[in-house]
Amino acid sequence: MSDSTARPRGKTKWLLSANAVAVYLFFYAPIILLFVFSFSDNRNVGTWGGFTLGWYRDFADNEPIQDAIWVSLRVAFITTVVSVVLGTMAALALERFKFRGQRVFDALLYLPIIIPDVTMAVMMLLFFSQGLDIVNGLFGTQAGKGLTTITLSHIAFCISFVSVVVRARLNGMDDRLEEAALDLYATRWKTFRHVTLPLIAPGVAGGALLALTLSLDDVVVTQFAAGPGSTTLPVYVFGLIRRGVTPLINAVSVVMLAASILLVLLSVLLQRRGDNAPAAPAVPAGEQPSVNTINQ
Amino acid sequence: MTIAEAPAPPPEAVDDEPIVEVAAATPEFERAAAKAESRRGFLIALPAYGYLVLFFAIPLVIVAIYSFGTRNRFGDTELSGWNLDAYRKLTEPLLRDILFRSLWLAILTTVICLVVAYPFAYFLATRTPTIRNIMLVFVMIPFWSNFLVRNFAWRVILGTDGPLSTATSAVGLGDTRILFTPTAVVLGLVYGFLPFMILPLYAAIERIDLGLVEASRDLYASGWQTFRRVLLPLSMPGVIAGSILVFIPSLGAYVTPEILGGAKSTLLGSYIVTQFLTARNWPVGASLSFTLTVIMLFATILYFRKGGRTL
Amino acid sequence: MRTTRRRAIQLAAIPLSLALVASACGSDDDSSSSGGDTSGTDVSGTSGGDSGGDMDTAECAVDEVDGDLALFNWAEYIDPDQLQEFADEYGISATMDVYDSNEAMLPQIQAGNSGYDVIVPSDYMVSIMTAGEFIQPLNQDAIPNLANLATEFQGLPYDPDNTYSVPYQAGTTGLAVDTEVVGTDFPRSWSIVFDPEFADQFGGQISLLNDPRETLGAALKYLGYSLNTTSQEELDQARDLVSSASGNLAAFNTDSADELLTSGETAIAHGFSGDMFTQILETDEGTDRYVYFVPEEGGTRWIDNMAIPFDAPHPCTAHTFINWLMDGEQGAALANWNYYTTPNEAAKPFLDEDLLAFLEDPTVITSGEESLELIVDTGDFEINYSDAFIEAKG
Repeated sequence: MSDSTARPRGKTKWLLSANAVAVYLFFYAPIILLFVFSFSDNRNVGTWGGFTLGWYRDFADNEPIQDAIWVSLRVAFITTVVSVVLGTMAALALERFKFRGQRVFDALLYLPIIIPDVTMAVMMLLFFSQGLDIVNGLFGTQAGKGLTTITLSHIAFCISFVSVVVRARLNGMDDRLEEAALDLYATRWKTFRHVTLPLIAPGVAGGALLALTLSLDDVVVTQFAAGPGSTTLPVYVFGLIRRGVTPLINAVSVVMLAASILLVLLSVLLQRRGDNAPAAPAVPAGEQPSVNTINQ
Repeated sequence: MTIAEAPAPPPEAVDDEPIVEVAAATPEFERAAAKAESRRGFLIALPAYGYLVLFFAIPLVIVAIYSFGTRNRFGDTELSGWNLDAYRKLTEPLLRDILFRSLWLAILTTVICLVVAYPFAYFLATRTPTIRNIMLVFVMIPFWSNFLVRNFAWRVILGTDGPLSTATSAVGLGDTRILFTPTAVVLGLVYGFLPFMILPLYAAIERIDLGLVEASRDLYASGWQTFRRVLLPLSMPGVIAGSILVFIPSLGAYVTPEILGGAKSTLLGSYIVTQFLTARNWPVGASLSFTLTVIMLFATILYFRKGGRTL
Repeated sequence: MRTTRRRAIQLAAIPLSLALVASACGSDDDSSSSGGDTSGTDVSGTSGGDSGGDMDTAECAVDEVDGDLALFNWAEYIDPDQLQEFADEYGISATMDVYDSNEAMLPQIQAGNSGYDVIVPSDYMVSIMTAGEFIQPLNQDAIPNLANLATEFQGLPYDPDNTYSVPYQAGTTGLAVDTEVVGTDFPRSWSIVFDPEFADQFGGQISLLNDPRETLGAALKYLGYSLNTTSQEELDQARDLVSSASGNLAAFNTDSADELLTSGETAIAHGFSGDMFTQILETDEGTDRYVYFVPEEGGTRWIDNMAIPFDAPHPCTAHTFINWLMDGEQGAALANWNYYTTPNEAAKPFLDEDLLAFLEDPTVITSGEESLELIVDTGDFEINYSDAFIEAKG
C-alpha cells in the first residue's frame, strides 16, 4: 500500500495534508478556547481573569450538573446500542433485499432526518403525554415522562442517521463476496458475522459515533420529552444561558472531553494488544477487498 | 477476503452422496426462493420499521392533524372545525423571504462542507487502518462537548476583541469583527455539520478499491481526471448521503444563527420555533413543518433517482 | 401471508393514531384540546373560559407535605442550597428542572402528566394558564404568609385576589449603557436606540431583546402608545421603527444581552433589571461605569409568580413551599441571591445593601412607577405582534 500510486504524493500530498491540518485546527479552535478559559477567574467567558482551578472545584461540588451528565450518558449509551442495531438492520434490509413496502420504509427512514427539531419535539410531547394517559388508564400506573421517554425519542431519530451512514457504505458494495460465502455453505448468520459485518464495520462504527454525538447533544427534543429529575446536560446548559454561561460549563466540557479522549486511547491500546495476539487466519477484519476483484 | 481464503467445503461432499439435494431450478423453485428472500428482508427490516411507525409516524400524524386546527384566543389549538387557514398563511410574502434566505444559507453550507470534507475524507481513507480510526474518532471528539458551549466559544473567538480579531490586527490586517454577520452564521453552521459530511464520505471512499485509482494513474490520467472520472462516481453514494445530512438540518437550524448571527434576520427554523413557542400558534407551526417535510421528502427521492439509486 | 403481516402493521397504525387523536379531542368541548382534558379535571366551562371553572382547591393544612417537591423554574432563580434547606426542614427531597421561557414551559404543563408541583409563570402567562385551567386555585388557608405580600403587589390585574398565584420576584425592563463609550450625557429615553441622530453614532453596538412584546413594546412606548395596544396602525408604526433601528444593531438577544454589554461587544443593551444588575456588579467598575434605567417614556414591569399545575402530584407540598418562600427571611435569601425585586414586605429588612441601594434609587425608573405597564396577553392579536416583529427584522 505504501508505494501505491493511489496514495497522494508530492504537491497533492502536501495540499491534502494541509487541508487535514486546517480542518483539525478548525475543529479544535473552540475547544482550545474552552480549555483556556476554564481556568479563568472571571464569570464571563472571554474575559481573562487570572488563573484559577475554582471552576473545577465548583464542578466537583455541583450535584445538579453531575446528575445531568449521568442522565445524558445513560441515555446516550442505550440510544447508541439500540439505534446501531436497528439502523444497521434497516440498512441491510434496504440494500440487500427486495420486499413489498420497501419504498414506504425507505421514506419513513428519512423522515426523522428531514423533520425540523422543534416539530419532532412537539410531536413527541403530544404523543407521550397522551400515550401515558392511555397506559396509565389501562394499567393503573402513575408513569410520567422521564428517562424512558427521552431515550425512546433519541432512538427514533438516531436509527435514521445510522442507517444513512451504513447504507452509504453498503451501496454499490460488491455482494459477490457474500454470495461466495453462501455458496461455500456458510449459514446466513455466519455470512453476516464473518463477511458482511467486517466489510461494513467502518460504516457501522461511523453510525455509532454519529448516534452517540447526536444523543449527547440534543436539546429541543429532550426538553419536551423530559420529566422531573431527568434533565440532561444540554438541557441544563440551555437553561443556564439566561443567567450567563460561566466557565463552570467550560470546566465540565473539558472534563468530559478528557474522559472521552482517555477512553479512546484506552480502546486503541486494547486493540493493539489484540492485534499482537495470534490472529485467527480466515477472517481478517476491515480489510479492503483485494485487487483481485478488478479482474472479475 | 479472497476466495482462496474461504473455508473449504465439508469433506463429505467429495463422497458419492451429495449432502444437499440439488433442487432443479424450476420457475416455482425460483419464485419460492425469491419469496423467502423477500420475507427475510421484511423481517430484518421489521424492528426498525415497527419502531419508527410507533414512535415517529403516529406522532407525525398527530401533528399533521393539528395543522388543520385553529388557534383560539388563548393560544390553545381547537381541533374541531378543520380548516386550511394555517396553510394559507404559508403563502404570505413574509414566508417567501424566509424560505429563500434559509435555502441560500443551507446550500452554501452544504457546498462548503463538501469541498472541505472530500479531500479530508480521501486523506483519511489513505492512511493505515489504525491511524484512520484514531483520526476519525478525533474528528468526533470536539462534538462530545456541549453544542451550546461550542457556539458560545465561537462567539468569543469571532468577537470584537476576540482572539481572531487580535490575531488579524497583529498581522496588520486591522481588527475584524465577524460576529453577528452572515459570515459568522455560515462558519458556525459549517463547523457544526462538517462531521455529518465527513463520516458518510469517508465510509464511501474507504470502500473504493484504490487499485482502480492506481490503474487510472498508471494510465496517465491526471489527479483531477482521476478524481472526476473514477473517485467521484464511485463515492457518489457518500456525497449524496453527506449532502442530505448537512443540507436538511441546516435548513432548519436556528440556534447557531441566533447566537452567532444576532437573530437579525429570521430563518425557517426560528420561524417554526416562534410559531410553536412564542406565538403559541401550533396550527401554523404544524402546517409549515408538515409542508417542509413533504417537500423535502420528494426532493430527497428525486435526488436519489438522479444519483442513480433506487428509492 | 407476508402481505397480510405488513398490511396488518400499516392498518393497525391508523386506528391507533385515530384513538390517540380522539382522546385528544376529548369528549365534550372544544377549547384546550391539546390534551389537558384527559387528565381528570372537570373542563366544563365554555370556550373563552372565565376564571374559576370547577376545580377545587386542594385540601391542605399549613405545613402539610404529601410527598417530594418537583419545582419547574427559570434557571438560576433560586439558590440550590435554599431549596435543599426546604427539603431538609420538611424531611422530603426537592428537585428543580429549568425552562428558558414561559412559552417553553406552557406546552409541557398543558399536555398533562408533567410531574411538576410548582411552576413559576410570568404575569401574562398566569392569565393564560388560568383561562385554560392549567393551574389550580390555591388554598389560601395553607398559605398564611400571604399576609407578607407588599401592598404594591396586591390586587394585581392578572390575579387580583391571588386565587391562582403568589408573586415570586419582580423587575423592570430597560436600557443599560456603558458610559465609557456613550459618555454620561445621554437622554434617559428610548431615543438612544430609536432616534437615528443618536443611535447612528453607535452603529453595531446596540442590542435589543429578541422578544416581540418587549421590543415592540419599547417602540410603542417611545411613540407614546400603550405597550398592550390592539391597534394595527400603532403596531405598524412600532414595527417600522424597530425595522429602521435594526440597522444599528449588533444583535437581537435576550439571554446574553448583559454579557455582551460588559464584554464590550455592545455599548447599549436592552434588558431585564436583575440580569443587568447582577452582571454590572460583577465587573470591576460596577455602577460607576454602567448605568441601568427605565426610559422616561416608560417601560415594562413584570412579575414572576408561583403557581401549581392542575395535575400536580403533591399539591400540599406545593402549598407549603409557597408559604415557606413567603416567609420574611426566606424571601430575603431569595432576593439576595438573584437580585430581583422582592414582593415580600417582611423580607425588606433583611435585604443586602447593594440591592436596596439599587431598588431605592429614584433615577432608575426615570419617570416613576406610573410610566410602567404590565404586559397583558392580547388574545387573538398576539399573532400580530409576533408577525410584526418578524417583519421588522426583515
